[in-house]
Amino acid sequence: MTDLAEPTRTPSVGQPLHRKEDARLVTGQTRWTDNLTAPGTLHMAVLRSPMAHAGITRVDTAPALDQPGVIAAFSGADLADELGSLPCAWPVTADMVHPDHPPLAVAEVRYVGDAVAVVVARDRYTAADALEHIVADYEPLPAVVDMEAALADEVLVHAGKGTNTCFVWPFAGGDIDAAFDGADVVVERRFVQQRLIPTAIEPRAVLVEPVAAAGEYTVYSATQIPHILRLMLALTTGISEGKLRVVAPDVGGGFGSKLNVYAEEVIALVLAKRLGRPIKWTESRSEGYQATIHGRDQIQDVAIAAHADGRIRGLRVDLKADMGAYLQLVTPGVPILGAFMFPAIYKMDAYDFRCTGVFTTKTPTDAYRGAGRPEATFAIERLMDELAVELGVDPMELRRRNWITHEEFPYTTVAGLTYDSGNYEAATDKAMAMFDYDGLRREQAERRERNDRVQLGIGISTYTEMCGLAPSRVLGSLSYGAGGWEAATVRVTPTGKIEVVTGTSPHGQGHVTCWSQIAADALGVAFEDVEVLHGDTQVSPMGMDTYGSRSLVVGGVAVQQAAEKVIEKAKRFAAHLLEASEDDIDFSDGTFTVRGSPEATTTIQDVALAVFAAHDYPEGLEPDLTSDVVFDPENFSFPHGTHLCAIEVDTETGRSVIRSYVCVDDVGRVINPQIVEGQVHGGIAQGIAQALYEEAVYDDAGNLVTGTLVDYFVPGAPDLPSFTTGRTETPATSNALGVKGVGEAGTIASTPAVVNAVLDALRHLGVTDIAMPCSPERVWRALHDAREGATQASGTVASRPPHPEYGESPPQAPAIATQADLSGLDEGGQQ
Amino acid sequence: MPTISVKIDGTTYRDDVEARLLFVHYLRDRLGLTGTNIGCDTSNCGACTVLVDGHSAKSCTMLAVQADGCEVQTIEGLARGWAGASEPEGGQQDGWHPLQTAFHTEHGLQCGYCTPGMIMASVDLLADNPDPSEDEIRHGLEGNLCRCTGYHNIVKAVHAAATQMKAGA
Repeated sequence: MTDLAEPTRTPSVGQPLHRKEDARLVTGQTRWTDNLTAPGTLHMAVLRSPMAHAGITRVDTAPALDQPGVIAAFSGADLADELGSLPCAWPVTADMVHPDHPPLAVAEVRYVGDAVAVVVARDRYTAADALEHIVADYEPLPAVVDMEAALADEVLVHAGKGTNTCFVWPFAGGDIDAAFDGADVVVERRFVQQRLIPTAIEPRAVLVEPVAAAGEYTVYSATQIPHILRLMLALTTGISEGKLRVVAPDVGGGFGSKLNVYAEEVIALVLAKRLGRPIKWTESRSEGYQATIHGRDQIQDVAIAAHADGRIRGLRVDLKADMGAYLQLVTPGVPILGAFMFPAIYKMDAYDFRCTGVFTTKTPTDAYRGAGRPEATFAIERLMDELAVELGVDPMELRRRNWITHEEFPYTTVAGLTYDSGNYEAATDKAMAMFDYDGLRREQAERRERNDRVQLGIGISTYTEMCGLAPSRVLGSLSYGAGGWEAATVRVTPTGKIEVVTGTSPHGQGHVTCWSQIAADALGVAFEDVEVLHGDTQVSPMGMDTYGSRSLVVGGVAVQQAAEKVIEKAKRFAAHLLEASEDDIDFSDGTFTVRGSPEATTTIQDVALAVFAAHDYPEGLEPDLTSDVVFDPENFSFPHGTHLCAIEVDTETGRSVIRSYVCVDDVGRVINPQIVEGQVHGGIAQGIAQALYEEAVYDDAGNLVTGTLVDYFVPGAPDLPSFTTGRTETPATSNALGVKGVGEAGTIASTPAVVNAVLDALRHLGVTDIAMPCSPERVWRALHDAREGATQASGTVASRPPHPEYGESPPQAPAIATQADLSGLDEGGQQ
Repeated sequence: MPTISVKIDGTTYRDDVEARLLFVHYLRDRLGLTGTNIGCDTSNCGACTVLVDGHSAKSCTMLAVQADGCEVQTIEGLARGWAGASEPEGGQQDGWHPLQTAFHTEHGLQCGYCTPGMIMASVDLLADNPDPSEDEIRHGLEGNLCRCTGYHNIVKAVHAAATQMKAGA
């Protein structure tokens, strides 16, 4: 019985508790990797290829060694035996072409930024200067930048492999020919997912501190994956895992870009071993734009077949995915993850998917926020709008006719996933009410009627996604090199505080706060009494790290389960202390009671102290209140939601301004609503950025033209609106917490909502598609072409317009329409 | 080598510095004041923003020698000695500037890497305009990039701090 005079502990799950992480972050008392130093630290700098493709004819490091302050310098050939090949953990097919990936190029460079030599010096300025003294000679080879050109195999990225096709991965469900043959309507489109640069604001950095005599190494890295990195460094260098400690200290964002095993991490480790000194490297932003993975870069040829009433019969997807020059950790797997998401929330009879991975002489691609799912969601949500236009029905009505209704869950899709729960109607109805859909449609009609210079467009995206990477057996069936479990340890300390050790590795997501909330409620202790330890393989030896919206759904659930195991353990001690049978012990809100004897109680804190003292405990038990759990989920989780965007497009300047953005997301049970909203905001911003602003542009010679933050348009505060967020809550049934994951939802949902809105504003003027990003120039050009009647029949398979700042500019291009103008600032964007 | 004398967060430092040394590297590498971050090499991201003689400046865009004779405030100095009221929360926030408190309570940060620069730019913004509209906040922070928050809660935090500072003024 609870003593009513005692204050009841407030449940913390579901509360918008302020983050524990913030104190050091808002005061500058941080441990970013570049902040760290060790006695005798040497600084590494990397000489990079200025050519997209070339044979290396000579690398002479001797002149660099003559510079004062330089300690060592090495070419790729000098270190080849020790460096080995960078790992790719996802051979998606048995016959996948998997070229060697030397951390330092030896014979050939294959993208601008490929590393060719390193220098080590006493400080970072000296190291950078010394690079100028390394002599590197190249024999130029032709670049191949365009995927379709690469598929012709006229220029080979890896000559020894004989092809630029990395893999062909087919996947099908149902009878696709039957679905298309009898269809009343078929809509075919080509969509291009432009290449993006993730741009975590903290650049990558690594510091390796050796204890040379013992052969032990501590690797501090700005990484999302300390555990996977340790394993891969062990496999690559032959140093045993027990001698390798990997620490992810404070990590400043990742978005997938730090979900990798990078050349510099391996090189720094090998140099620390060779030189016996701590080695540190921090990328500059411009260096990172070449040497850190890029995202997206797909060509999507899609076709949808439907009945006259709008019911979908089948979907065909032919995907080309740009791998870049090499395979990084999960490069080939990214488009394969997307394969399962094209059918999205819709019922259909058949689905046919085929993905071709292609090598080009560009920076490797890999997972970028959403990793395959934003691409798939974009294609299906754009296609639904095109089908609605074809059929002359409201785009939301078309979706309603096709989506899985809430009574139909669990529902196995044509792609073979079983969605456990959801309620698309509820989320949509709520979003439509918040958005004033009908009112905006009326205003749109009025603006069209009076031929207003500024037209209004409404964009819809009713998305779902798969979170919680992942059931290990599923990853196995997809040939991924590891499982998808997550580990947690919960311990009650002698003073009655809770220590949670997690295998997730947060870099902004708020795991410390959320895991504290979960553990506090499970154990009936105060939120403040929970500490969460992470990101250091010596503290948390087991883990699969943070990516794929997996941390809460897998790692958070593991914390909950470990806490429950601790209670079960403590119950036996409590029974002993209370001289009762274990079967008669109840646990509630931190207190053990004996059924039928209300006066006999003890708290988990008192039990912890008694267990620590270990003066009196039952036979057969170990004096310890620690429990470990490794949780392997049975299924993915499937958050969903409805995102609505109203956009004003100036038909004279081509400038698009988001007027309102409303979303209702169903991410299952919410641990901390403030953190969930923050994840949604940031995700939407990155999706809007793809729709309107960002594009990594290469010229024909393979130079990254958008090679600095001056040229690559990461939106600033004036470029984005405020967001109106709402939630519905349909708990996941595949985990005990009922949680679904939220890290990528906003990014997955928002891009098609925005592009659909831009097109909806201009459709009546004859515009049928605009390649992303929908910059003012591209919008203007699309309007211009439509007015001139020059739009091609499909409007979508035409070659892409040139980049607004770097492509060829025909004489009629308006001087006003540059990307920088999008910010609407007199003084030019983010300078 | 030129000698500089610069007062940073209340302490005066005298050092011989290479003429080409960036001020942000002087702060971080010479003085160990690592609260100020570096996020780019083109003065776009604003992670390195500090106050020089009371005005926000990107410390990657100035040389250490240009700071000679200046008074500089960094996020680390801001964290001490703010005389105004601040939300008490277990004592940990004693002395926090209202912007530091507001970024915390409004969830205006996720990874936190842009935060020192964002807060220092906001200090200058509110000094210029103690009662900014949403639009004025967004344009006032145009020189600072955040990749996590979508700026939504940063705008809210600056609003909240402005309200707090007016109440405490």
